Amino acid sequence: MPISASGNLIMQKILIIGATSAIAEATAKRYAKQGAALYLLARNEERLQDLARDLEIRGASSVAYALFEANEFTSHASLLNRAFNIVGNIDIALIAHGSLGNQKACEKEFDSTLHELNTNAISFISLLTHLANYFEKSGQGTIVAIGSVAGDRGRQSNYVYGTAKGAVAIFLQGMRHRLYKSGVSVITIKPGFVDTPMTRSFKKNALWVDADTIAAGIEKSIKRKKDVAYIPSWWGMIMFLIRALPEFAFKKTSL
Amino acid sequence: MTEIHGWGRYPVIEAQIHYPDSRSSAQDLVRRINSSTVIGRGLGRSYGDSSLAPQVLDTEMLNLLHSFNPETGIVCCGAGVTFADLLEVFLPLGWFPPITPGTKFVTVGGAIASDIHGKNHHLHGCFSEYVEQFNILISNGEILRCSRMEHADLFHATCGGMGLTGLVLDARFRLKPVRSAYVDCTILKSGSLEETLALITQHHDSTYTVAWIDCLAQGAALGRALISLGEHAESGELTPPQRRDANIPLDVPKGLLNSFTIRAFNALYYHRISGKSLQQTMDYDKFFYPLDRIHQWNRLYGKNGFVQYQFVIPTTAGMTGMSTFLRKIADSRAGSFLAVLKILGKENNNLLSFPMEGYALALDFQITPGLFELLDELDSLVLHHGGRIYLAKDARMSASTFQKTYPRLPEFRAIRTKYGAEKMFSSCQSLRLGI
Repeated sequence: MPISASGNLIMQKILIIGATSAIAEATAKRYAKQGAALYLLARNEERLQDLARDLEIRGASSVAYALFEANEFTSHASLLNRAFNIVGNIDIALIAHGSLGNQKACEKEFDSTLHELNTNAISFISLLTHLANYFEKSGQGTIVAIGSVAGDRGRQSNYVYGTAKGAVAIFLQGMRHRLYKSGVSVITIKPGFVDTPMTRSFKKNALWVDADTIAAGIEKSIKRKKDVAYIPSWWGMIMFLIRALPEFAFKKTSL
Repeated sequence: MTEIHGWGRYPVIEAQIHYPDSRSSAQDLVRRINSSTVIGRGLGRSYGDSSLAPQVLDTEMLNLLHSFNPETGIVCCGAGVTFADLLEVFLPLGWFPPITPGTKFVTVGGAIASDIHGKNHHLHGCFSEYVEQFNILISNGEILRCSRMEHADLFHATCGGMGLTGLVLDARFRLKPVRSAYVDCTILKSGSLEETLALITQHHDSTYTVAWIDCLAQGAALGRALISLGEHAESGELTPPQRRDANIPLDVPKGLLNSFTIRAFNALYYHRISGKSLQQTMDYDKFFYPLDRIHQWNRLYGKNGFVQYQFVIPTTAGMTGMSTFLRKIADSRAGSFLAVLKILGKENNNLLSFPMEGYALALDFQITPGLFELLDELDSLVLHHGGRIYLAKDARMSASTFQKTYPRLPEFRAIRTKYGAEKMFSSCQSLRLGI
C-alpha cells in the first residue's frame, strides 16, 4: 500500500472489470485486505453481491458494483463514467474478464471467432479507449489488463484466443507509449497456465498455478510499475525461446 | 471426466466434477443429476475414498465469507472457505479456529463432514461443538437449515456424516479469541510407552497435546516419543512473518521411504532434543501445520500412494492395548514415518463421529505387499479393544469392522432415508462400508 509524504497509508481506489473472474476475485481479496475502496463490474449479479460482502469482511473500506456486459460496447462509456463519478480518482483499473472459446469451433464457423474476438479483444479495446482518456486527464494511476502468453505467438492449438490477446498486447503497448508523458502506468499481465473455472477441462501438471499466484504477481507488478509481466516470471524465458524459433522451423512443430 | 483421489492417492477413480457457484446453481445441479452416487468434496484432504464418487460436487466456488461479528467471533461463510482463509482473514483481528486439524488446507464443509478434532480434543471436543447452524442441500433440491434446535437429527447425522446426508452449502460457527499468532510450546522426551502415557496424563490440562511416536523403536524403547504441549502465547504479533514454502512438484521414486531411511529419520528426529525437555515459542503455522509448508508432501510416498491408519482405543485399554499395537507395527517393519498419538475426550452426540475417550494413534503406511493383511490384523485388535477407525483417514476397512464399531449406524441410515439421502448421496467409501 502506498505511503504518503507524511508516512500515512493511502487508501487505494480500484476499478475491477470482470470482477467475478477467478483472477479478479483473488486480486480484489488482496486489495480488500489493505483497506482499498473497490468498484466492481461483472455480469453475474448474485455473485457480485456475495463477493462485495466478502470483500467488506476482508477489510475493504467500501465496495460498490454495477452490472456489465463485455460485448455491449455502447454501454461502456456510461458505465465507466458512473464509476469515475462515484469513486473519484481511480488509482488502479484492472480489466480481467474473458473467455477461452473453442478453437475447433472457431475454425469451422466465423461467428464463434467473431464472438471470441469481441469478448477478448474488442471489448478490452473499447474499455481501454475510455480509460486511457480518463487517466490521461487525471495524470496518474495504473491501467492493468490481463493478456496471455498465448498472445506472444500464433500456434495451431489456440490462435483465435492468441490473436485476441496479441491484439490487446499491442494496443496496450501503444497506450503505454502515449500515456508515459502523462505519468500513467500501463501494465500487460501475461499469465501462463492458470487453474481457474475457464480451464477446467484441461489436464493439469506442474506448470499450472492458481489464481492467487497471478493476483500476487499483479500486485507486485503494480507496485513496481512494470510494463509487461509474465506470471510466473519463468514464462518470460519460455516465451523468449518460443518467439525465437524461426517460422520455417516452428510451423513444422506440433506445439 | 477427471481423475481424483484422496490425500493418500489411493484409490484413484474417474469422476465427473461439478462446481456449483451459488445456492441456486447447487439446487439446479442436484435436481438435474440423475445419479445415486453423488458426493460433496472440498479440498480432498481426506486420505482415502471419502470424497470419491462418479459424480462429485466440488465446493471450490462456495468460497465467500458471508458475515462476521467482531464482538463474538461468529463467522458465516460458504462451505468451500478453508481454514487457511479463516486464518488469513481473522487471525490478524485476534480470532483463531477453535478446533483445527493438522493441516489448514481443509474446507469448512469438510470440517463438518469429518467432525474434525485437533490436539485439544480432550478439553474442547470436535469442530461441530462450535458450529451453530448450517444450510444443507438435500436430494430433492430443498435447502434445510440445521442446528441443535432445528432438524436436529439431520444436524447430528451430518456432523461426521462424511457428506452422506447432502451438501452443506454454508455454515455459521464461532472462532475463539487469541492474543497472539504465537504458541508457547514445551517438548518433552520420553523413553518408553509407559513414560509417554504418564507424561500425557500428567499434562492433561495443557490445551494442545500431541506425541510423535517413533514406531520403529522396539524392546524397552517401544513407544518412545516426543510430546508436544502448546498454549497460545499471551503476547506477540498477530501476523507473524511470511515464510517461503517448499513444494514437491514431482512424484518421488518408489522406495525412497523405506524402513532404513525412516528408521534413520526417526532416530535423528527423536534425538534432536538432547535434554529431557525443551521450551520454545513458535508461530502458529509451525506448531499447528508443520507439514503444510511442504506442499504436496504426499508425493514423498511415490506414485502408488500410501494409506493412513488412525484408530482410537478407550482409556481402559490404555497401556496394554497401545503396546500391543506398537509391538505389532514395529515387528512388521512396515515403517511408518509419521506416527502421532493424541488423547481424546468423551464422544459427542454425532452419529458417526470418531473420537471416544481414550488414545488415538495415526500412522502412514506405504502400500507394499502384505500391508492390507497387516491392517486387517490391526482392525481385529481395534475391535478387540472396543475402539474404532477414523473414516476421514480410512481407505480399506471392511464393512463388517465398520458396522461393529459404529453402533449408531442404524440411526444414521434411518436419517438418510428420512431426508432422501440414500437416493443420491454415496461415496466409494460408503459403498465399501455398506452404509
